[in-house]
Amino acid sequence: MISIKDLTLSFDSDRGRTIVLKDFHLDIADGEFVAVVGASGVGKSTLLRVIAGLVKPTSGTVTRDTPETPGRRPYAMVFQDARLLPWRRVVKNVEFGLEGLGLDKATKRSRALAALELVGLADKADRWPHQLSGGQRQRVAIARALAVDPDLLMMDEPFGALDAITRQGLQDELVDLWQRTGKTILFVTHDIDEAVYLADRVVLLAGSPAGVRSADRIDGPRPRHRDDAGARETANAIRGRLSGIVEAGAGI
Amino acid sequence: MARPRALRLSLSLLGVLLFFALWEALPRLGLVKPMLLPAPSDIPATFWRELTSGAWVDAVLQSLQHYLSGLILGSALGVALGVATGMSRTLEDMTNWIVRLLRPIPGLAWVPFAIIWFGVSSTAANFIIIVGVFWINYFAALGAVQAVDRDLIELANAFGHRSPLARLVKVILPASVQPIMAGLRTGLGQAWMAVVAAELFGVAGLGQRMMQASSLLATDVVVVYMITMAVLYGVVDMAFVALRDRLLAWKA
Repeated sequence: MISIKDLTLSFDSDRGRTIVLKDFHLDIADGEFVAVVGASGVGKSTLLRVIAGLVKPTSGTVTRDTPETPGRRPYAMVFQDARLLPWRRVVKNVEFGLEGLGLDKATKRSRALAALELVGLADKADRWPHQLSGGQRQRVAIARALAVDPDLLMMDEPFGALDAITRQGLQDELVDLWQRTGKTILFVTHDIDEAVYLADRVVLLAGSPAGVRSADRIDGPRPRHRDDAGARETANAIRGRLSGIVEAGAGI
Repeated sequence: MARPRALRLSLSLLGVLLFFALWEALPRLGLVKPMLLPAPSDIPATFWRELTSGAWVDAVLQSLQHYLSGLILGSALGVALGVATGMSRTLEDMTNWIVRLLRPIPGLAWVPFAIIWFGVSSTAANFIIIVGVFWINYFAALGAVQAVDRDLIELANAFGHRSPLARLVKVILPASVQPIMAGLRTGLGQAWMAVVAAELFGVAGLGQRMMQASSLLATDVVVVYMITMAVLYGVVDMAFVALRDRLLAWKA
């Protein structure tokens, strides 16, 4: 389990102190798929960066009850842009996070290839990133994150830059991957339908400073249907709350 | 409309032929004294004399020694300090004004000090060459490092490569290879000019041999060394481009 407690992030500038996040609280069970939704610029990406340790919080803690294990990294991130290193072949990109863990060459290679196998790109291992399509590049980025065998896989609007058809394909692939690997996923998106379709739980992040406004559990058997009536109802409820908060904030 | 390759090639050849024909005609027709401008047809015989006397080989070896040692040292210093300054705000702030003061001084303005400090020696030639290529490589490397995509640095952080050394090796150097290479290549040409300049002041090598010949009005010898310089530079530059293309194979 991963516990995020009382996370607050503020920064000081000439115009005074800006509080981005305030008392953010979230417990994520092992193997759970949690989506965080919210308007653009509300601080969703920042939240992921704080959890990943890329940004130091002003206060609050992130704790895991899984022990440190050698050869793994606790967190891995998939960004909106694939962020592959253009000077590395696909398989070397997937090995990126494995370097510095004290693994030998053969182990790194086999873990990278296994991760590529999971995303169905084992046959592209020796390609350069620029030889892949946008969707394939994002799958390599997912493989790179899976290769380090993280306790928590964080995804920052990973499908936001893709066309609708590729996006739907990758969403289904992600659910499939999640079910096969049993990974814990924290998925950030501004697309409420996407969140409701993918996640076990949808957390609404809103306000300024941003905090958790609601958390909806999405039940029902998987695979899900995109036009499921219950899901649509939940999505509309979240949308209603979100626009209520936005209107209140704008003083409409 | 693109011209056909064969036509462009024959036009280039025609240009070269016309150039040499004009050059040959000027002294032959008595329009210019042969002493002021030797005809190109006289050059091979002069070259042969210089070669068999051993003067040519000596001069070439001396110049290459100045060139390569100065070039390698100056480039290495320039790239190393440029990269270090690019990675450290402190270093950048500290060197800011010194750089602004020293940068506009042309390499050749250091000739008086080079001679005072080192005499008319190989060391003096090396010094002038080092100063000449240092700045080019310093600024190329500094600019390259500062232009590295911040997102890639964040990626390195997210996958555990957080020490300055890891960041340097995994992201910064590979991402800035191309502009650094461009700086190195500019340095190749600059250093060659510096070699000749240093030798014109009397340090043994191609430049010195050229000055000796010109004081005897042996203009055919001068031309032999001018051509030698052009060919040597061409060979070095071609070798460098071949090396660069190997290093940047991922761009293809």
